[in-house]
Amino acid sequence: MFEFTDDQLALQAMVRQFAQEELAPNALDWDERKHFPVDVLHRAGELGMGAIYVDEEFGGSGLTRCDAAMIFEELAHADPTISAYISIHNMVTWMIDTYGDRQQRARWVPVLADMGVLSSYCLTEPGVGSDAAALTTRAVRDGDHYVINGTKQFISGAGVSGIYLVMVRTQDTGHAGISTIVVEEGTPGLSFGPEEKKMGWHAQPTRQVVFENVRVPVANRLGAEGAGFGIAMSGLNGGRLNIGACSIGGGQAALDKSVDYLKERTAFGGPLINQQSILFQLADMEIELVTARTLLWRAADALDRGADDAVKLCAIAKKVATDAGFTVANAAIQLHGGYGYLTEYGLEKIARDLRVHQILEGSNEIMRLIVGRIVAEE
Amino acid sequence: MKLIVLVKEVPDTYGDRKLNLETGLADRGASEAVLDEISERALEAALTYADANPGTEVVALAAAPAGSVSTVRKALGMGADRAIHVADEALAGADIVLTAQVLAAAIKRDGFDLVISGNVSTDGSGGMVPAAIAEYLEVPQLTGLSEIEITDSKVSGTRPIDGGAQRVSAQLPAVVSITEAFPDPRFPSFKGIMAAKKKPFETVSLADLGVRADDPEVARSIMLSIAEKPPREAGIKIVDDGEAGKDLADFLLKNRLA
Repeated sequence: MFEFTDDQLALQAMVRQFAQEELAPNALDWDERKHFPVDVLHRAGELGMGAIYVDEEFGGSGLTRCDAAMIFEELAHADPTISAYISIHNMVTWMIDTYGDRQQRARWVPVLADMGVLSSYCLTEPGVGSDAAALTTRAVRDGDHYVINGTKQFISGAGVSGIYLVMVRTQDTGHAGISTIVVEEGTPGLSFGPEEKKMGWHAQPTRQVVFENVRVPVANRLGAEGAGFGIAMSGLNGGRLNIGACSIGGGQAALDKSVDYLKERTAFGGPLINQQSILFQLADMEIELVTARTLLWRAADALDRGADDAVKLCAIAKKVATDAGFTVANAAIQLHGGYGYLTEYGLEKIARDLRVHQILEGSNEIMRLIVGRIVAEE
Repeated sequence: MKLIVLVKEVPDTYGDRKLNLETGLADRGASEAVLDEISERALEAALTYADANPGTEVVALAAAPAGSVSTVRKALGMGADRAIHVADEALAGADIVLTAQVLAAAIKRDGFDLVISGNVSTDGSGGMVPAAIAEYLEVPQLTGLSEIEITDSKVSGTRPIDGGAQRVSAQLPAVVSITEAFPDPRFPSFKGIMAAKKKPFETVSLADLGVRADDPEVARSIMLSIAEKPPREAGIKIVDDGEAGKDLADFLLKNRLA
């Protein structure tokens, strides 16, 4: 568990080369231009990155959650924004493959796996975030169709994605009244808000998704009516690991850049890296990252095994990893002095990108709520 | 159609590359070992043909130390059908002729329609192995190609030369070598990587191939001495005190650079 196999090393080498050649040289440019590189995502998909831990039957790569953690860390080392979008897309692909029937899987998994079609996970609403069970977007049954009305907020990929996995209310019975429905682009009544202006994640669009009398066949519902909340939460367990891995990758990039810089930057008669206070700071950053990575692998292993404590470990790992990534990125800015504040050096982008990881996929406060409740029940 | 692609493990071009001053051999611990990019381009050429022509067999062939398995396996991850790895301690420090003799023996033993190789490796930079293999196999060679077309019975291509380009072709079986003008190689996909370990991977020794590294009848190059590259000396700095133009011209004339 704590040493990569030959297969994992080969996977890592490929992802690293892909990330360093296809993502890293463009990351700052995409950030500046707010460019969502769908062509590069499609190439990533052709290599298997759209369905990493999805069954091979309909085109998934059949890898483990541990493999995924390693993959997202490598991608995020080059660009946290792109890695995080691929994480969200994988969450959707996995949910459709896991909870869809054969027809649904055969129809959607192959196109999602190669990322020829992108996807969006639609849970949060303008007035409903952490209290997801209170969501209000409504789907009313009308014969063989549902008619959906409502608005989803902060939706990554919205406006570009071809598939929207939407959590909707089908009954007024709290979390037991939520269902999961696939809505395809082009469905009449589906529209999008303007692109949100935001602190980071500039290379992926975030918009509202608006449903006005959107008619969708009942055959687009994943699983049973009322099963949606469980589906949404089970997708998030993996999503939390992935986003944690994205934070570790971004943090590692910030640390690596810092070490290089401090070896070259001289002050007070020598390279800054010779200063003990600097070494202590670098050590703290390394300690944060190694601690987080170790915990993340443990949680990934628990999810792979379907262990009883997987939910708790995923929540702990998500909090620890996303806090670690941001702390390290922020420290790296300080170590770079004024240069850390300049866009050109790439540090401020990492910090901007990683900041939101502490908020989404369940905020870190919700991670504490999950852990606290489990502890209280034990 | 059976295509044999020569693949070579080399020290990463972007890392430190060192020679061991005691043995005269490349210090393989000094940097990461990778599949030579020109090998990957040669493999890409073979795989592109195979993609368009079902029934094509692509075999990756390497002469490399026993520890190079994962590097050779990358060729399988990219899509080669099987690999032949010639690994033998007697090959340490093998010269161009011995390397070509061994690879030719492995190719002949396996049978082939076309051998595709990079034109020159990034470490040894000899650039003679493909031609030597063609001699051993007694088949035509088209070296230094910038483009290739393969048909059932013939291979042809373009070979850039000083001031022009040659159109060349040969009947199969043949040996070709390709240049960096070829398209970028594909990445191995996750599925390719996971399938690679299930593909045939044959390790053969010199004895299997009937080649003797120390055959007294065959001339071999022997390294007599080796020395570290001398450290670079600082250049001359010309400060402009009004005479810099003249100083610069003098420097160029003196060093026959003008």
